[in-house]
Amino acid sequence: MAALRSTSTRALLASARPSSLRIAAAGPIRGFAQLADGAQQSNVAAGDQPAAKLKTFQIYRWNPDQPTEKPRMQSYTLDLNKTGPMVLDALIRIKNELDPTLTFRRSCREGICGSCAMNINGTNTLACLCRIPNEDSSEMKIYPLPHTYVVKDLVPDLTQFYKQYKSIKPYLQRDTPSPDGKEYRQTKEDRKKLDGLYECILCACCSTSCPSYWWNSEEYLGPAILLQSYRWIVDSRDERTAQRKDALNNSMSLYRCHTILNCTRTCPKGLNPGLAIAKIKKEMAFS
Amino acid sequence: MRLSGLQKEILSLYRQCLRACRSKPEAKQAHFRSFARNEFNKNMGIDKRDFGAIEFLLRKGRRQLEMYSSPGVKDIKSQ
Repeated sequence: MAALRSTSTRALLASARPSSLRIAAAGPIRGFAQLADGAQQSNVAAGDQPAAKLKTFQIYRWNPDQPTEKPRMQSYTLDLNKTGPMVLDALIRIKNELDPTLTFRRSCREGICGSCAMNINGTNTLACLCRIPNEDSSEMKIYPLPHTYVVKDLVPDLTQFYKQYKSIKPYLQRDTPSPDGKEYRQTKEDRKKLDGLYECILCACCSTSCPSYWWNSEEYLGPAILLQSYRWIVDSRDERTAQRKDALNNSMSLYRCHTILNCTRTCPKGLNPGLAIAKIKKEMAFS
Repeated sequence: MRLSGLQKEILSLYRQCLRACRSKPEAKQAHFRSFARNEFNKNMGIDKRDFGAIEFLLRKGRRQLEMYSSPGVKDIKSQ
């Protein structure tokens, strides 16, 4: 990249030489390119280029355009010294340099969007929050989220998940206007109840790690959606708490949770869906 | 001939597709019909024991049917 940049600026400079004004404008760019070149040269001269730390990634590949071909695992080997620390960095590097056909979702690369949820070494997590283990040289296995229909490679089909999210009406429902015509106010204690709930980014890591959800994903809502459901049930500003609880009051929606707690163990944001579900159950039992 | 469950599902999807054609403007119905036939014909050669592929194509077909049967789609070109 640095080499590419320096050649392009050099060409720019050569063409710009006749006009002194343009040279002045190109000055800082040239300086920048030189800096990068100089840094690289000193590195080579000192000979402290560390030995290549190779790591192999086995990645699930499946192409919907060839439906008769079976899914397969493809291996890619990267030098970790030239790769960022996270699995997502490695994936992006594989896509850029080794195989542009590799498909995965990513967006924020900092654990805010929840796009890059996948199964890494047997644990559902966000690729952008998962470090590549440095010490051991064993292979990393990367699969799409388990028990989801695959759209392509590492991209799962989350239509059903979003449909279920829609079904719990994840928005404020009120009939009475606020007393002073301004925002709906909350006490600090009421706001505190939402901590640990509002941080959920709906990455579907917890739901797809839940065996109960695997077998009943049509009817059981799953930990992520139930956590959101509880977020609206405890919200002091919401006035449809009774209806919300009523909608969960059947054998499938809520009570398929058998406190397996895979959800809590896997949550990449460190939330506790298991506790939220237990609290819904408690509220239902006492109301 | 007794049909398997999967075969029945595919025939029912095909029937649904042909029925959906009738809700389209009369002049363009032939286009929709040939598109639907073409989509099915493309995958005629799939081994009948390749359940994974057939189920995937069935899901894909249902998604396509849902998409193209919306009233906003007025014409279609089969490739």
